[in-house]
Amino acid sequence: MAVVVILVLLAVGSVLFHLLSPWWWTPIASNWNYIDNTIIITFWITGIAFTAVVLFMAYCVLRFRHRPGNTAAYEPENKKLEGWLATSTTLGVAAMLAPGLFVWNQFITVPQDAAEVEVIGQQWLWSFRLPGADGKLGTTETRNIAPENSLGLNRNDTASLDDVIIEGGELHLPVGKPVKVVLRSVDVLHDFYVPEFRAKMDMIPGMVTYFWLTPTRTGTFEILCAELCGVGHPQMRGTVVVDTEEDYQTWLAEQQTFSQLSASSETSPAATAITASAAQ
Amino acid sequence: MVDVRSGIGEALPPPEVEDVELYHPHSWWTRYVFSQDAKIIAIQYATTAIAIGMVALVLSWLMRLQLGFPGTFQLIDAEAYYQFITMHGMIMVIYLLTALFLGGFGNYLIPLMVGARDMVFPYANMLSYWIYLLAVLVLVASFFAPGGPTGAGWTLYPPQAVLSGTPGGKDWGIILMLSSLIIFIIGFTMGGLNYVVTVLQGRTRGMTLMRMPLTVWGIFTATVMALLAFPALFVACVMMLFDRLLGTSFFMPAIVEMGEQLQHGGGSPILFQHLFWFFGHPEVYIVALPAFGIVSDLISTHARKNIFGYRMMVWAIVIIGGLSFIVWAHHMYVSGMNPYFGFFFATTTLIIAVPTAIKVYNWVLTLWRGNIHLTLPMLFALAFIVTFVNGGLTGLFLGNVVVDVPLSDTMFVVAHFHMVMGVAPIMVIFGAIYHWYPKITGRMLNEVLGQIHFWVTFIGAYAIFFPMHYVGLVGVPRRYYELGEMAFVADSVHSLNAFISVMALIVGAAQIVFLFNLVWSLRHGREAGGNPWRATTLEWQTPETPPPHGNWGKELPVVYRWAYDYSVPGAPEDFIPQNQPSPGRVSHEAAS
Repeated sequence: MAVVVILVLLAVGSVLFHLLSPWWWTPIASNWNYIDNTIIITFWITGIAFTAVVLFMAYCVLRFRHRPGNTAAYEPENKKLEGWLATSTTLGVAAMLAPGLFVWNQFITVPQDAAEVEVIGQQWLWSFRLPGADGKLGTTETRNIAPENSLGLNRNDTASLDDVIIEGGELHLPVGKPVKVVLRSVDVLHDFYVPEFRAKMDMIPGMVTYFWLTPTRTGTFEILCAELCGVGHPQMRGTVVVDTEEDYQTWLAEQQTFSQLSASSETSPAATAITASAAQ
Repeated sequence: MVDVRSGIGEALPPPEVEDVELYHPHSWWTRYVFSQDAKIIAIQYATTAIAIGMVALVLSWLMRLQLGFPGTFQLIDAEAYYQFITMHGMIMVIYLLTALFLGGFGNYLIPLMVGARDMVFPYANMLSYWIYLLAVLVLVASFFAPGGPTGAGWTLYPPQAVLSGTPGGKDWGIILMLSSLIIFIIGFTMGGLNYVVTVLQGRTRGMTLMRMPLTVWGIFTATVMALLAFPALFVACVMMLFDRLLGTSFFMPAIVEMGEQLQHGGGSPILFQHLFWFFGHPEVYIVALPAFGIVSDLISTHARKNIFGYRMMVWAIVIIGGLSFIVWAHHMYVSGMNPYFGFFFATTTLIIAVPTAIKVYNWVLTLWRGNIHLTLPMLFALAFIVTFVNGGLTGLFLGNVVVDVPLSDTMFVVAHFHMVMGVAPIMVIFGAIYHWYPKITGRMLNEVLGQIHFWVTFIGAYAIFFPMHYVGLVGVPRRYYELGEMAFVADSVHSLNAFISVMALIVGAAQIVFLFNLVWSLRHGREAGGNPWRATTLEWQTPETPPPHGNWGKELPVVYRWAYDYSVPGAPEDFIPQNQPSPGRVSHEAAS
C-alpha cells in the first residue's frame, strides 16, 4: 500500500510543484514568445502523459498486487490495443513537432531589414562591432588580431574603417527593430546567451554563426556565456541595453569607429596598452 | 495471428556442432584472477565499475557542495570544480554504466540465458577485462598527474580542451583522458565481439532468436550499436591527441589565445562535435537498451505475467537502436551547424519517441491483470518506469529544436539527462543486482537493508532531479562554478540549490547501505536455492547454484518455449521453465 500512496503522491506532487512553484522563466524581452508558447504546449502534453502513466501504475499495484489465491491473466499480445496506443502517441508527438518546426522556420529566416550586429567572444570577455555609416561590417581575419587591432579587422577593406568597435563595454540595441546577431570567437567555443531574449547560439573560432531577434521592451539585460570556455566561464558577463530610438542614437554617437581607434592608438601608446590589457 | 509462443510442439533441430570441452583452469590464479570464465569476468567488471563509480559519486558530492553552498568550501576552487564535473560525467557514462551493463551483466547473463557454456572467445574476453582495468587506471592516474585531470567537461570540446584556459589542457589531464578512452574502446571491442558472436552462434538447441529473453535482446542490440558507435569516438580521440601532442589542426582553426597567435589553422571544432555525438547519442541507448531488456524481465517475473507484446518489444529495441544513429545532432541545435539540419534531426528525434513510448505502455500493461509481488526487483522496476517516463518526456522538450533553444546549456538539460540516463538505468542496475545476486552467490540480499536503500534512493533521486528542471527553466546555465549576481535569478533559486545538494548527500550515503548489504549477505544472507523467484529463463535452471565453469554440467539444456510462460492457464505452477518440454511433445516426437 505504501507503494500506491507514494506513486500517487509523486504524480500529484509533481503537478502541484509545477503549478505552484515560484521558479519560472524570466519575463521575455524579444519576439520569441512563440518559443514560450511551444514550451507550454509541450508541458501540457507531457504532463498529462506522465500523470496518466504513474497513476495507472498505482492503480495496477493497488488492484493486482499479490494476495493468496491470485493468478495473473495470460495475454501475450493485443494487436488492437497496441495499434491504438501507437497511433495516439504518434498524434501527440506530431502535435508537439509541428508547431516546433513552424517556429524553427521563423527562427532561422532572418528578415531582410534586420540590422547586423557582431558579437565577438574571447576568454573571458565580450566585444561588439556595429557596421557604421555604410551599414556594412568589414571583413575580418583571426590572423589580423594584434594589440592595436584586437578584433582582427581587415585594414584593406574600406567597409571596415567606419565599423564601430566596443571592447568590453555595453551593447545597445534599439527597441522594436529586428537585429541579426553575427557571432564570432577568436579562441574557444562561447555562447551568446541573454535569458530574456530566449534565443542563444554558440560562437565558434574559424566560423561565423548567427541568430536574429527583435527586442520588444527597453531595459538592461545580462549577457552570459552558455558554452563551457575554461575556468573563467561563469565570470564571462556582459550587458545589453535595449534603448528607445533616441537614446540609441545618442549612445551610438559616443562610440568610436575602427579608424578613430587606430588613429588614437598611433598617436598615444598609452591607449594601446589600455586596449591590450582589456583584451586579456 | 502468429502464436508468440511459436514452435511449441515443433520438431527439435539436431545439434549443429558437438559440445566441446572448455579449457579448465588449473590454479587459483587462472581460476579467480586471469579467469576465462565469463561469470568471473563479469564479477571483475562489475566490481571495478562500482569501485570507480564510487569515486564519481564522491565527486558529485563535492560539486553539489559547491553549487549548494558556494564559497563555503575552500578546497573546491573553479579549477577543481571543472575537474570534478568532467571526471564525474565521463566515469558515470563510460566506465560505470557502459562497463557494468555490457561487461558486467552481458558477461554474466548472455551465456547463461542462451544456454551456452561460456562466451565463444574466452581468451579475448579475459583480455577485454584487463584492458578495461588498464583504462580505469590510466583515468585514475590523471588525478595524480601534474595539473590534475582535465576540466574540459565530459564532452571534451576542442579547442578549449587542449588550451591553457582549461585545467589539464596543457598538462597531462587531457592526454591521459584521451588515452584512457582509446584503451577502453580497444578493450570493449574484444568483449563486444564476444557478446555478439555468442548470441548469434552460441545459443543452445531450441533457443531461437524470438525465444530469447528481452535482457539478451537489449544487451545484444546495445553491443552491436557500441561496436558501430565507439569507432567515431576512437578517431576523435586520436585526432585530438594529435592536435595536442603533434601540433596537427584537425579541430583547431586559427586561434588567438590570451593575445597570442597559435600555430594552428584550418581545423574545425564542430567536426569534433559531430564525431563525439555520432558516438554520444547511440551511447545513451547503449546504456538504455540493456536497461529496457532487463527491466522487462524483472517486471514479467515479479508480476508473474508474460511480458505484454513480446514481438513488439523486440522490434522496438531494434528500431530504437537503428534510429539512434540518425539523431545525434539534436545535441547541437545551438552549436552553429547549418540550421536546416534542425528540421531533420528534430523529426527523427521525435519519431524515436514512438517506439520508446510503446515500450513504456507494454511495461505497464504487463502489470495490468498481473499478480504483482512487491519484491525489491519489482520496486526498482516501478521506480525505473517513473523516472524513465519523466526523463523521456523532458527529452521531447529538448529534441524539439526550437524549444531546445532557450533550454539548451541550462540546468534543465542536466536534470533531463540525469533522470533519463542516470537515475533510470541505475534503478535497473539495482533491481537487477537484487534479482540475480541469489544466482551469483547462492544467497539472498537482506530485505530490510534493501527497503531502506530503495526508498531513500528512489524518492531522494526524484527530489534531486525533478526540481532541477525548474532551475534550468529560470535560465540558470549549466557548468557554472558559481552563479554570482544574476538579476533574473531569485534568492529562492539558491535555497532550492541548497535543498538539492542536501538530497544528493543523503542519496549518496544510502549507497553505503547497499554496499554493506552486498558484502554482509555474502555470508549472512538467506540461502536462496536454485530458483528463488520461480523464473522461467535458463539461468535459473542450472544444475548448481552458483553455476560452476561450464554452467550446465554434463548436458546442455534444450529449449522448448519462449521465456515468458508465466501463469499459463492449466499449468500446475505459475511458471514453466524454458527447458521444460510441453506435454504434447512426447507423442509428437514418437510420431515423427
